Amino acid sequence: MSIFSYLLPKKQSSASVAKERLQIIVARERSTRGGPDYLPQLQEELLQVVRKYVPVDQDAVNIQLDRESGCEILELNITLPEEAAQ
Amino acid sequence: MTKIVVVTSGKGGVGKTTTSAALATGLALRGFKTTVIDFDVGLRNLDLIMGCERRVVYDLVNVINGDANIKQAVIKDKKVDNLFILPASQTRDKDALSQEGVEGVFRALREDMEMDYIICDSPAGIEKGALMAAYFADEAVVVTNPEVSSVRDSDRMIGILASKTRHAEEGKGDIPARLLLTRYSPERVEKGEMLSVEDVQEILAIELLGVIPESQAVLNASNAGSPVILDTDSDAGQAYSDAVARFLGDQLPHRFTTSNKKGLFGRLFGG
Repeated sequence: MSIFSYLLPKKQSSASVAKERLQIIVARERSTRGGPDYLPQLQEELLQVVRKYVPVDQDAVNIQLDRESGCEILELNITLPEEAAQ
Repeated sequence: MTKIVVVTSGKGGVGKTTTSAALATGLALRGFKTTVIDFDVGLRNLDLIMGCERRVVYDLVNVINGDANIKQAVIKDKKVDNLFILPASQTRDKDALSQEGVEGVFRALREDMEMDYIICDSPAGIEKGALMAAYFADEAVVVTNPEVSSVRDSDRMIGILASKTRHAEEGKGDIPARLLLTRYSPERVEKGEMLSVEDVQEILAIELLGVIPESQAVLNASNAGSPVILDTDSDAGQAYSDAVARFLGDQLPHRFTTSNKKGLFGRLFGG
């Protein structure tokens, strides 16, 4: 690195891009880890039931399993399309 | 008391076999009776790295199936006392590794051969071979390269270690898992081209066992079939020696993690 490179605008280093990407993906993968294996299937079947009544997208259903001191919370989020919600 | 150590990573090609060979050799050099087992059934390579490929008669699956007893199957190392190698089978598929069978091999190494350490060289991936290598472990060494896919796979493997070992299933909690960062290039880290030790440690959040620099000595060692830890003049050999000392509880500063700094003149005008 020469003296001139200090004068140029700094580009984000590839290592810091790598670190950010890793922190995000690792956090996401950890959140589903250790959960029961039936979660993806549960999500799929719930989606089918909802679809019988409302046309929703594949990613409109969001399941999350949280653990808090001694109890587990299964959180289910279904985003309904706008016209159906009315 | 025999200690079982799994050397694992998830991703392939990061240095599990090199590390298993170095760790086992280092422990044997310190007087511990040690066997290193290749769990990569179908793709054995530890024999080549240890330089005993032409002396293989029986293998891990032979012992599991009762074709040979443990004393017949292990290969005594020619250079280092107290060091034994149990190669993987090349012909069978990995279903040959049953939990009872693997437990029997460990029992025989403990009771018939009075091993101090059993080092399990895990195959890549998270399938049966890798799970069997880890299941009975008392301790784990997670080998990682400072590179995105390796770090992600290591994190996945740390999660598996926390739930799929006998320790975890019996409710005894996680086994201690320590990080060995290999193929580290301080020059590239300083240029912002490679994840630093601190970055990887921050993401994986496990104790650091050692940092092995990217080194020509590793390829030279595998070419020769002599574990790199025996190359005591090399940076990688010395870094592995330090890691073995830390593995046994010594407190040593980490070496080879910074490049030789350039002077002011070099920094101002250098490329």
